[in-house]
Amino acid sequence: MNTEKNIKTLIVKKPLKLDCGKTIKDFPIAYETYGSLNSKKDNAILVFHALTGDQFVTGINPVTNKEGWWSYAVGPDKAIDTNKYFVICSNVIGGCMGSYGPSHKDPDQKIFGTNFPVITINDMVNAQYNLLDHFGIDKLFSITGGSMGGMQVLQFISNFPDKSKTVIPIATTSSHSAQNIAFNELGRQAITADINWKDGNYTSSDTNPGKGLAVARMAAHITYLSKKGLQEKFGRKLQEREDLKFGFDADFQIESYLRYQGSVFVDRFDANSYLYITRAMDYFDLAKQFNGNLSEAFINTNAKFFIISFTSDWLYPTQENKDIVIALNSIGADVGFVEIESDKGHDSFLLDVPDFLSALKNFLDKSYEEN
Amino acid sequence: MKNEFQVIADLIEKDKKVLDVGCADGTLMKFLKDNKNINIRGLEISKEKVQECIAKGLTVIEGNAEKDLKQFPDKSFDYVVLSQTLQAFLNPELVLDELLRVGKKAIVTIPNFGYWKVRFHLLFKGTMPITKTLPDEWYNTPNLHMCTIKDFFHFVKSKDIKIFKSLALNNLNSSIINESNLGVKNLFADLGIFLIEK
Repeated sequence: MNTEKNIKTLIVKKPLKLDCGKTIKDFPIAYETYGSLNSKKDNAILVFHALTGDQFVTGINPVTNKEGWWSYAVGPDKAIDTNKYFVICSNVIGGCMGSYGPSHKDPDQKIFGTNFPVITINDMVNAQYNLLDHFGIDKLFSITGGSMGGMQVLQFISNFPDKSKTVIPIATTSSHSAQNIAFNELGRQAITADINWKDGNYTSSDTNPGKGLAVARMAAHITYLSKKGLQEKFGRKLQEREDLKFGFDADFQIESYLRYQGSVFVDRFDANSYLYITRAMDYFDLAKQFNGNLSEAFINTNAKFFIISFTSDWLYPTQENKDIVIALNSIGADVGFVEIESDKGHDSFLLDVPDFLSALKNFLDKSYEEN
Repeated sequence: MKNEFQVIADLIEKDKKVLDVGCADGTLMKFLKDNKNINIRGLEISKEKVQECIAKGLTVIEGNAEKDLKQFPDKSFDYVVLSQTLQAFLNPELVLDELLRVGKKAIVTIPNFGYWKVRFHLLFKGTMPITKTLPDEWYNTPNLHMCTIKDFFHFVKSKDIKIFKSLALNNLNSSIINESNLGVKNLFADLGIFLIEK
């Protein structure tokens, strides 16, 4: 996937010391931009993608030929208005859309596989920070992202407290819960149990652990939706049949839907990347980096925070988002918070949820006016 | 902007840090921000009102004053404002304590149940009073703990809360309340505005 000619790449020359102790250098970061950087260079927004996202935020993704993952929110006249703002997004390291990851080759020209160093959310944002130098941006107007993107937002402002005016973590957490880790482990086990995984060395042959990766995706997909949303969309509706077939084919629409989600995912995602990125999420515990005091993570920033959660998100529920608000309030930070009413579960931030999109737009545009 | 907000705004000096508890659509916040350079935050329970505040560019936190004030450190605001909401809480005494913990000073306004129109309504109609400041029916009012200016005055005194200023508001007229005119003000004001500190 990293040989695609549509992928813009920055080669980071500077060595980056990873949390695992290893150091990487001369590594690629694949990125995409939307809109244009103004002469004052004060209109840049760095967007961080979630677990299975990539740098192609909006428009048609040139690799998959599908809509970008945040097309509802980003584009001309949209919430993140690319007529006004310069949007940058890069593929996380460990990913599989051109940034340095397990499908890359090591210095001996052997594909890394699981020999790729284990990376963390901290490593991801430290790598992406190089994009600011690349574009000559001293201070971003905003950083935002949902889910794992939100974790990167929190880590970024903690690492670089004066590098963004506004900070918008969405549907996220400051620390992966036992339930979050459990679901990720389920996905990893599905991948590693696939006979084609071969300890991560599958890329050297033509076979890959597609079955395992599809199961991982199916399980994860359920966690992105709400019970009510699923019930309303699928209920017990049958898939192209009048009655139950008394077998294990997909009788129900929900089964067929999940199988489809699994099958399209394996076409665009690398199983080893899935292992690496879920691991990074599991290791994320921002408070732990500050001896258990989350407020300390934000003590040096004057940025304006706006935190958004969704009523039906049970993966990163409102309370976990509110914990971030509480940590910020306890140090007198400038923080706003809204919980958006939505039946669409954790995925709400990716979907057409008008209250969410208008809150995001209003916050950005009003904050920009005050610039 | 309603007269009540003008009176509240007049009590707050420029460049202060203020928390508006139950800030509704942010009208007072916006006025304070634009006209007095106030570093203003709001706490509001209604999702719709929160959205209206965001659209005005105001920093607002969706939350419930009875649960969410505890996240703010002691004396972290110069003023905490609570407009016509105290009577709607399950436990107004706790909320009042919290306001005075979080704010160096608090400005609390209460719809006066001792207002003569309210008394007349109950006395002659024999039904629960409905006035401009008490517009709801008994069965759908958010108000749980109605009180009079006199009640509130005595209540804060009994809690050793210092009253810096208490004002009676009747339509466009505001006037000072003191011990000696308390009975009269309690009859003729439909709103009481108190600047207090503990």
